Amino acid sequence: MTNPPLYEAMPPGSHFETDVIIAGAGPVGLFAVFELGLLDLKSHLVDILDRPGGQCAELYPEKPIYDIPGIPVLTGNDLTHNLLQQIAPFNAQFHLSQMAIDLKRRDNGKWRLTTDMGTTIDAPVVVIAAGGGSFQPKKPPIPDIDAFEGTSVFYSVRNMEGFRGKNILIAGGGDSALDWSLNLHPLAKSLGLVHRRPDFRAAPDSVSKMRTLVGAGGMTLHTGQIKKLHGKEGVLKGVTMKTANGDIDVTCDILLPFFGLTMKLGPVADFGIAMENNLIPVDTEKFETSVPTIFAIGDINHYPGKLKLILSGFHEAALMAQQAFRYVHPDAKLRFQYTTSSTSLQQKLGVK
Amino acid sequence: MNTTPEDPEIILNVTTIDGEEHALTALPGWRAMEVIRDYGLPIKAECGGACACATCHVYVSPAWADKLVPPTSEEEDMLDEAFDVKENSRLSCQILMKPALNGLHLCLAPGSEPD
Repeated sequence: MTNPPLYEAMPPGSHFETDVIIAGAGPVGLFAVFELGLLDLKSHLVDILDRPGGQCAELYPEKPIYDIPGIPVLTGNDLTHNLLQQIAPFNAQFHLSQMAIDLKRRDNGKWRLTTDMGTTIDAPVVVIAAGGGSFQPKKPPIPDIDAFEGTSVFYSVRNMEGFRGKNILIAGGGDSALDWSLNLHPLAKSLGLVHRRPDFRAAPDSVSKMRTLVGAGGMTLHTGQIKKLHGKEGVLKGVTMKTANGDIDVTCDILLPFFGLTMKLGPVADFGIAMENNLIPVDTEKFETSVPTIFAIGDINHYPGKLKLILSGFHEAALMAQQAFRYVHPDAKLRFQYTTSSTSLQQKLGVK
Repeated sequence: MNTTPEDPEIILNVTTIDGEEHALTALPGWRAMEVIRDYGLPIKAECGGACACATCHVYVSPAWADKLVPPTSEEEDMLDEAFDVKENSRLSCQILMKPALNGLHLCLAPGSEPD
């Protein structure tokens, strides 16, 4: 039996209108949907990862978390799943695998957030729940690698056909490196995989397929680490690798490094919000930034006494939602209610 | 965790990527990464000690290499996401400080730089 998906991911490239845009679909962004939803505010979430959960999904999906109030232990995946269940009644819309790249105020006073995939969302309130920033591919610290990025060095594969007939070198030992080795070798002129050690952490099935392919001469496996790139004007000719038997040169046109993701602040720094040491200062009453109607909650904000704990982010989301309501419905009366006793809240949650 | 006068002092020597030398006082049971971060030295350590990111990569001074508990396979796997990995590479979140490690010397390594 398959359960219906807990969230709806929107295809990129369209325009949307909502009450609140949440940048970041980590645990704090997800819980913000709940607190906003209790006040009848609709949310859209934008996240660069291909699934909700933020650091809980990317860094510790299987690691235990012990400090969620009332839950002695659960994993990052469990927490994400539970939050998605908790917010399901509010039908938040998710814009995944997209980076929020621009935030501008419209003539009508609303904000327009634009993503790198051409999605635009307009709303009177924006909540930055971006944690440590955007998860982006780790770039190997090889001299001059920047000069080859986008022409010969790629950190993701968006169009396989672009690599047809090329001499491709893939670096890394995880699932991305192995999966792309297996997927690209049929159309490559030659395909090499370089990894620092003979063991791989990727799925055993992919590793054994790769070894079979290497044995049959379909691809080459190098044990070493790239230390130098050769070529000029963005055109890669080859690399030098450090191996146990000394340096070797390998010819290639395309290099695909897969060393996992790391958090970079990214375009949030250009949204016009005051920042300090890569964090967004906020007040502790509403968690509002230097720009009214833009809030920051979770790991990305800073205030005296701040602790980067998920539970702090949950609290911040609840207080933020109160002020967000006042902005969206300036003439409406805000009533404080408990989910345990309020029939109206229970109807919103679909339990009454 | 408090130290008492009877506790033996544990010094953790750290060389930053820029070559600065620091002698830090560690508490038993703390992860080397936590000590380095606590002193405000430049270390990304973005997963906070879960052995999930390789951004606390260090080189262990050769004299100390065999005094450490060897890396688990999980740590070896995670080192695949670090750069310029050497025989003496470790993730500093996986080194638990104890009196026997008084004087341990670590050099912050590629991939540990904060933004």
